Amino acid sequence: MPEGTQVDETLVSIKNLSFSRGTRKIFDSISLDFQRGKITAIMGPSGTGKTTLLKLIGGQLKPDQGSVIVDQNNVHQLSLKSLYQLRKRMGMLFQSGALLTDMNVYDNIAFPLREHTALSEAMIRSLVLMKLQAVGLRGARNLMPNELSGGMARRVALARAIALDPMMIMYDEPFTGQDPISLGVLVELIKKLNTILGLTSIIVSHDVQETASIADYIYVISGGHVVGQGTPEEIENSNSEWVRQFMHGNADGPVPFHYPAKDYIEDLLSYL
Amino acid sequence: MIQLTRQLGRFTLQSLAKLGRGSLFLGHTLSGLTDILLRPGLLIRQLYFVGVLTFLIIVISGLFVGMVLGLQGYYTLSDFGAEESLGVMVAASLVRELGPVVAALLFAGRAGSALTAEIGLMKATEQLSGMEMMAVDPVKRIIAPRFFAGFISLPILAALFSAVGILGGEMVGVGLLGVDEGSFWSQMQANLDFYDDIMNGVIKSIVFGFVTSWIALFEGYDAIPTSEGVSRATTRTVVNSAFAVLGLDFLLTAMMFGDD
Repeated sequence: MPEGTQVDETLVSIKNLSFSRGTRKIFDSISLDFQRGKITAIMGPSGTGKTTLLKLIGGQLKPDQGSVIVDQNNVHQLSLKSLYQLRKRMGMLFQSGALLTDMNVYDNIAFPLREHTALSEAMIRSLVLMKLQAVGLRGARNLMPNELSGGMARRVALARAIALDPMMIMYDEPFTGQDPISLGVLVELIKKLNTILGLTSIIVSHDVQETASIADYIYVISGGHVVGQGTPEEIENSNSEWVRQFMHGNADGPVPFHYPAKDYIEDLLSYL
Repeated sequence: MIQLTRQLGRFTLQSLAKLGRGSLFLGHTLSGLTDILLRPGLLIRQLYFVGVLTFLIIVISGLFVGMVLGLQGYYTLSDFGAEESLGVMVAASLVRELGPVVAALLFAGRAGSALTAEIGLMKATEQLSGMEMMAVDPVKRIIAPRFFAGFISLPILAALFSAVGILGGEMVGVGLLGVDEGSFWSQMQANLDFYDDIMNGVIKSIVFGFVTSWIALFEGYDAIPTSEGVSRATTRTVVNSAFAVLGLDFLLTAMMFGDD
C-alpha cells in the first residue's frame, strides 16, 4: 500500500465534522484521530452529543460537513452494502445493551454469527461459549435478557459485540449506573479485551476516574468543540479552567451552576 | 386567520412527509421478500404470532356476528314470508362485507396494535439500532417477515370469519327458529356467485391485510422512542387502520358493485 505509516496507525479519523439537529449545532467542525490498538476516550458533559458521534462513526447518521474515515473507507460515501460489510468489523456496545429481548443470552450472542456466517451449530456453540467465558457468564447462557442485572446485560452485549472478532469496539457510556463491583469488572474487561484481542477501542463516557484509568488518549469535548486532548496525565494537569472543572467535578466554574436566566432579584420582583 | 392557515399548512406538510416516509418504508419492506424466500422460518414464526394467535378472537366474533345476522335476518325476512332466503342473506353479508371488514378491524386491534408496540419498544430499547450496527438490516430481518405474515394471515382469517359466521347463522336460523335446512343451503348455493361475491370479498381482505400490516409496522417504526411515543403510536395504529379499512371498503365496493 502506498500510504505511509501515518495512515496505518490511525484506524478512525474524523475531519472537520459538523452536525446539527434542527437548529442546534451539536458539532462544529471537530477533528479527532483514533490510533490502532489503543483505547481512546471521548469525555464531556451529558448532552454534548457523544453518542451522536458514535452513530456518525458507525454511519447511522450523516454529517452536515466533514468526513469520517474508518480503515481507509469514507463511511458516508460507501454504498449500503459496503457500509454493512464495514460494520461487521465494528462492534458497538449500547448503553442499554440493546439485547434482543425475545432470545436468551446464548441466542443473542449466536445472532450475528448465524446472520453473517454459514458455520455449523457445533462451531457456533464453541464460539458462543468462548465469548461467554471471556466475559465470565458461561453459566448464564440460558437466562433471558430481562433476568439479567444491568452489569450482566452489558457484559452479554460485550460478548455479542466481539462475536464476529471485529477490529474495533465503540462503547457508549459503559460505566453509567453500575455498582462498584460491576464497574470494576467492566473496566477490567475493556482493558483486557483491548490488549488480548488487539482491538481498537473508543469509549464515550463522563465517568472521569474509570475512563482515565484505562484510556491511552482522551478527548474532552463540549459545546461542539474539542476543549482538551492528551494522555490522562496531560489532561489531569491541564491548565484549561474548563477541563479542570470537568475532571474534578466542581459545581461552579466556566460551566456555570445556573442555567442562563435574567437577574435573580429582577425576576422575583417582576410580578410585584 | 393567519394562525389557522399556518397550522393547516404545517399539518399538510407533516402528513405529506409522513406519507413519503411510509412509502419509502413500504418499498424497503417489500424488498425484503427475497430474504424471506431464502429463510422461510422467519415468516412461519411470525405467521404463528400474527395469524394463529388472532384465530380465537376471529372465530368467536364470527360466530356471534353470524348468530345475530341469523336472528335479525329471520325477523326481517319472515315479514315478507321469505325465511328460506335467510341462507343467502347471511352468507352474502358475511362474504361480501362483514367478513373482510370486521376481521380486518379485529386484526388491527389484536395483531396490529401488538406489532406496533413490539416494533416501537424495539426501537426505544435500541434493538433496531443495535441490529443495524451488527450489519443486519432491521427492516428486512424484523419488519418484512411480520408484514408478509399479516398480509397472508388476514385473508385466511377473514375467510374463517365468514365460514364460522355462516355456521352461526345456520345454528340460529335452522336450529332455533326452524328455517328449512335444505332451502337455507340450496338458496345460498344458487344465489351466491363465486366471482362477484366470494372473490370480491377475498380481494377486499387482501387489500385490508396489506394496509393494516403496513400501518401497524410503520407506526411502530416511526414511533417516538419513549413510553409515551409508543403508546400514542399504538393508538394511531388502531384508529388509522379503522379509517383506512372503512374508507377503502367503500371505494372497493363502489368499484366492484358500482356498475350493476
